[in-house]
Amino acid sequence: MENNIILSVKDLEVKFKVRDRELTAIRNISMDFEEGKVVAIVGESGSGKSVFTKTFTGMLDINGRITNGEIYFENEDISKIVKDSEWERIRGKKIATIFQDPMTSLNPVRTIGYQISEVIIKHQGKSKEDAKQLAIELMQKVGIKDAESRYDEYPFQYSGGMRQRIVIAIALACKPKILICDEPTTALDVTIQAQIIQLIKDLAEEYKFTTIYITHDLGVVANVADIVAVMYAGQIVEYGLIEEVFYDPRHPYTWGLLSSLPQLGDKGDDLFAIKGTPPSLFQEIKGDGFAPRSEYSLKIDFEKEPPMFKVSDTHYAKTWLLDPRAPKVEKPKTIQNLHEKMLNLTSKGGVYSDRDK
Amino acid sequence: MTEINREIILDVKHLEVTFVNNKKSFRAVKDVNFEIYKGETFALVGESGSGKTTIGRAIIGLNDTSNGDIIYKGKKINTHLSKQESKDLTRQMQMIFQDPAASLNERATISYCIAEGLDNFKLYKDEKEKQEKIDNALKSVGLLPEHKSRYPHEFSGGQRQRVGIARAMVMEPDFIIADEPISALDVSIRAQVLNLMNKFKEERGLTYLFIAHDLSVVRYFSDRIAVIHKGRIVEIAPTEDLFAYPLHPYTRSLLQSVPMPDPRIEKSKELLIYDESKRDLSGEKPKLREIVKDHYVFMNDREKAEYEIKLEKMIKDKEESNK
Repeated sequence: MENNIILSVKDLEVKFKVRDRELTAIRNISMDFEEGKVVAIVGESGSGKSVFTKTFTGMLDINGRITNGEIYFENEDISKIVKDSEWERIRGKKIATIFQDPMTSLNPVRTIGYQISEVIIKHQGKSKEDAKQLAIELMQKVGIKDAESRYDEYPFQYSGGMRQRIVIAIALACKPKILICDEPTTALDVTIQAQIIQLIKDLAEEYKFTTIYITHDLGVVANVADIVAVMYAGQIVEYGLIEEVFYDPRHPYTWGLLSSLPQLGDKGDDLFAIKGTPPSLFQEIKGDGFAPRSEYSLKIDFEKEPPMFKVSDTHYAKTWLLDPRAPKVEKPKTIQNLHEKMLNLTSKGGVYSDRDK
Repeated sequence: MTEINREIILDVKHLEVTFVNNKKSFRAVKDVNFEIYKGETFALVGESGSGKTTIGRAIIGLNDTSNGDIIYKGKKINTHLSKQESKDLTRQMQMIFQDPAASLNERATISYCIAEGLDNFKLYKDEKEKQEKIDNALKSVGLLPEHKSRYPHEFSGGQRQRVGIARAMVMEPDFIIADEPISALDVSIRAQVLNLMNKFKEERGLTYLFIAHDLSVVRYFSDRIAVIHKGRIVEIAPTEDLFAYPLHPYTRSLLQSVPMPDPRIEKSKELLIYDESKRDLSGEKPKLREIVKDHYVFMNDREKAEYEIKLEKMIKDKEESNK
């Protein structure tokens, strides 16, 4: 059976007007999201990963607009929706987002309970009493102990991790089809991060939503994702199943990201560092946007933009290195045998080593 | 680090920091003891609220201490110092902050940001020497002298952090407290900044107190690690030992929660949650004690016996897996 595509993006281009200048944040992205899968979008800040997913809920900043392309969701091209009132059919209801900072996404002067039941009343038309009941159930679902007594508390009385749980509860209140998690754990401590990631996974199984993760942490990606999309300068440069991208990466930018992992560094030696900085999006980018920073760039990289080359049915990369005419280049030594290296690290690493048993 | 030249540069004894707010007092740091040797990178690792930053700030004199001694190069520094002493100390001890956007004066040029310390201490003979020092500091962090007249907002996050480092380095310090210097930076930039800090350590024999929460960075960067939980150090060990033989349950849960960039390992991982209330806390009051050489754990006699068995088993397992 063919997998169901829940969201399909075609040739998307997004531009922003910044002080009379135009910036192209998304440059021709086409991508399908399969129902029920966890897709992670990885990239540096400024690569456009947040902008990309904001177009799914009509949340682009006021100076930004979609200048080309389509986004299909439930047989409708949602990229053409203009009115905010129309977006309310989808935003929050069918596609919900949880953001990085749980403090700014909650209203500090309203009780936690009010903020959850508000959503239930608005989107599901329940009565106040029913909404409260549902809200308390949701709070328990996301792991708040004594949900009933904490219903009337304010956000400041909750810890960072607990607040993020509440944000998740609010996002789930409408039983969305897609949950976008925009760096949901970056502001949290590692031990809390691990719990929140587990929670989102468990809930995805129970509520059967599709998850889109935006993150720059490759460790988190390895934990959550079925599919990875690597973004660079407004484009997806590599796309594939998680194991394909980690163990058989093809794009030099993905190589660079993996090579600079501190886990792969030997003490005393320099860590691999990607040279330079990403290109300015104000100017037109000629050829491969990563070419000036890459050790593997060919002459053609500076002249012509590479197409998406197919590596396997599920794995694509946008680099001229995959052209049959290109010289054969192997991925850098640092990231060869990645799994063996990590295993080695973990088996040397006490608790780390318990993991594999 | 060889045994012989283990010179202690900083000695923290029974350190306690208390914050008082509306008559309510909160002890953020409780009886903390550690030594930092000259030329090493000593990491303080813990979660937010654990007190790791407070310790760093207490050492550099930004937080008052309520008990204990901080001894730098044989001299107690958390006490009243003469003007000259305090000046000397400020020059020798510098701090690199987490957020390079917030720690630089946005209305001052890069040149001013870097020279501020030089000006305060008159660390130059004439204008020419001052400019030379600024140029050299900029060059040493990979920026150009042309950047001098620019303002912080004209730089990217990674470049700003380089300015933060240049500003500390221009004072020619011996001891640097780096408080999460890379956590606000992008992954691809982190490696650049870490390499830079390592370069200075080698070239100038600097000593670092590295405050961080990311254990994968700490593993690569530090010589010894102290794990701190709720204002108390629960474990201190050389980096390799801490990763190979973590003993305190909090250390273990912390190590285990760091996601590894490897899908096969991550997908098969089970979560360990540290819950102090579920621990057996019987027996006398625990203390930070040495279990094997250089490896300290916060424990009492009963726990010590348990940890010894555990340690023996871990060493045996490791030997077997190495066969």
